[in-house]
Amino acid sequence: MIDLEPLWLTAELALITTAILLVVSLPICYWLAFTKFKFKSVVEAIVSLPLVLPPSVLGFYLLVAFSPQNAFGEFLDQYFDVRLVFTFEGLIIASVIYSLPFMVHPIQAGLKNLPASLREASFTLGKSKFTTLIKILLPNIKPSILIGIVLTFAHTVGEFGVVLMIGGSIPDETRVASIAIYDEVQAMNYEAANLYAGILFVFTFLILLGVYLTNNTFSKANPLNND
Amino acid sequence: MIKFYAHKTLQTADGKLPLDVSFSVEKGQFITIYGNSGAGKTTILRILAGLTDTEKSLVEVEGECWNNSEKRFVLPIQKRSVGFVFQDYALFPNLNVRENLAFALQKGNDKNMVNELLELMELQSLQNSKPQYLSGGQKQRVALARAIVRKPKILLLDEPLSALDDEMRFKLQDYILKAHQHYQLTTILVSHHLPEIFKLSDQVILLDKGKIIKEGTPAVVFSEEKISSKFKLTGEIIAIEKSDVIYIVSVLSGANIIKVIATEDEITDLKVGTKVMVASKAFNPMIQKIS
Repeated sequence: MIDLEPLWLTAELALITTAILLVVSLPICYWLAFTKFKFKSVVEAIVSLPLVLPPSVLGFYLLVAFSPQNAFGEFLDQYFDVRLVFTFEGLIIASVIYSLPFMVHPIQAGLKNLPASLREASFTLGKSKFTTLIKILLPNIKPSILIGIVLTFAHTVGEFGVVLMIGGSIPDETRVASIAIYDEVQAMNYEAANLYAGILFVFTFLILLGVYLTNNTFSKANPLNND
Repeated sequence: MIKFYAHKTLQTADGKLPLDVSFSVEKGQFITIYGNSGAGKTTILRILAGLTDTEKSLVEVEGECWNNSEKRFVLPIQKRSVGFVFQDYALFPNLNVRENLAFALQKGNDKNMVNELLELMELQSLQNSKPQYLSGGQKQRVALARAIVRKPKILLLDEPLSALDDEMRFKLQDYILKAHQHYQLTTILVSHHLPEIFKLSDQVILLDKGKIIKEGTPAVVFSEEKISSKFKLTGEIIAIEKSDVIYIVSVLSGANIIKVIATEDEITDLKVGTKVMVASKAFNPMIQKIS
C-alpha cells in the first residue's frame, strides 16, 4: 500500500492556498476592474506573470529571496523566527503567488462584465465600496467566483516546479503528490507512481466535471445572462 | 434651491464637445432637460449625483456645497442626498423587490418607508419576486420606489420611460407625479417625449451641443409665441409623401397620426423624425419645426 501522506499534503496545500487567495484577490480584482490608474497594465502584467513564467524561474527567485543567507530571508528568520525554505509555510506562500492569476482573472472579468449602473446605483443609495462589493457585486458573479476557486485549487494540486525548487521532497512537510510521483519514477517504482497519478487524474477530472455541471445550471438561472 | 454650474469636455461620436451649463432650480420644482442625444443631458444628472467628474464646477444644493472646483472640493456620491433612476433600472438581480428597497435604508431610517412605498407604487403583490421576473413597467416602479426610500432632496430620472410602450408610459408618468408631489421632491427628468414633458414639468431646459439654448415653461420653450392660434399640438414626423405639387406630412402626436398638407417651402427643414408643432389658424393648419 502506498503512503497517503503526499495526497493529504496536496489537498491541505491546495485548500489553504485557495482560501488565502480568495481573500487576497478580492481587493486586487476590485481595483483592477474599476481603476482608471495610468499604469494599471503594469500591475496586470505582474499579476499574470506566473501564467507564462517557467515554474522553475519563479521557484528559483523565491528560493533566493527566502534563503536565510539573503536579506529578506534573514529578516524573517531573525525577527519572526520564520523559515520559508523547505517548509510547508514556504510552499503556501509560493503557491499563493504562483496561482494568483487563476483566482484574479475570472473574478476581475466577472466584475467588469456587470453593468456599471449596478455599482453606481448602490453608491447613489449611500453604500460604501465595501458594502457594494459584498452585498451586490459578488452575489451576482457567483459563477466567476466558482471558476476562480476551482482553477486555483486544481492549479495548486498540479504544481511541480515551484514546489520542487523551494520545498524539495521532505516527507510529511513538502513531499506533495506531484513530487511523490516524480520520486517513485526516479526509484523505478512505477506501480506506486501509477497509483498517485491515477488518483490525481480521476480527482482533477471530477472537480472540473462538477464545475461545468454547476456552471451550466448557474448560467441558465443567471438573470444577467440574456441567452 | 439647486445652483448648478459645470464645464466638462465630452467625448462624443463627432469629436470633442464642451459641455458648459449653468442653471438653478427652485425647491419642489419639476424640471425636464430636453435635447438631442449627445447634447450632454445625462452627463448633467451624473455630475449632480457625483458619478462623473468635471473640469470646472460649482454645485450647491439647499445651501450645501456638493462641487467646488476652485476649492477642489467634491462631495462623495454616498453623501449626496439624491435618488437616481437609471435608464436600465439597475435593479439588483440577487435581491427581491422588497430587499431592493430595503437595501437603500440607512441607519436610523424609518423601516416603514419600505412598506409605504410598496403600497404607493402598488408593488405589494410583487414584493417577493426577483427583478428578472418583472415586466418593464414593474421594474421601473421598483427603481423609482428604491430611489425615494432615502427621501432624497433631488430625484434624478434618466429617460426612465424610454423603453416602455405608450400605455405603460402614461401610467408611469402618474406614478412619477404622485411620488414627486407626495414626498415634495425636487425632480430633474431627462426626456425626449414632448407629451410627457408637457404633462410633468414646471420648467424645461433645452440643451443643444452642450449649451442651454432656451429655458422656461414647456409652452414657452416649445412654441413660437408669435403664432396666434386656435389650437396647437406637438408631435414627430413619421412620413413625408409627395402628392402632385404638395406634400402630405404625417405627424404622430400621442397615439394619433395627423396628416397635414405642406408646400415645398415648408418642408425644406423637415424630415422624418423632426419634432414639430401643428397649429391651426382660422383657415388651414400650419406645420413648423420646433428647436
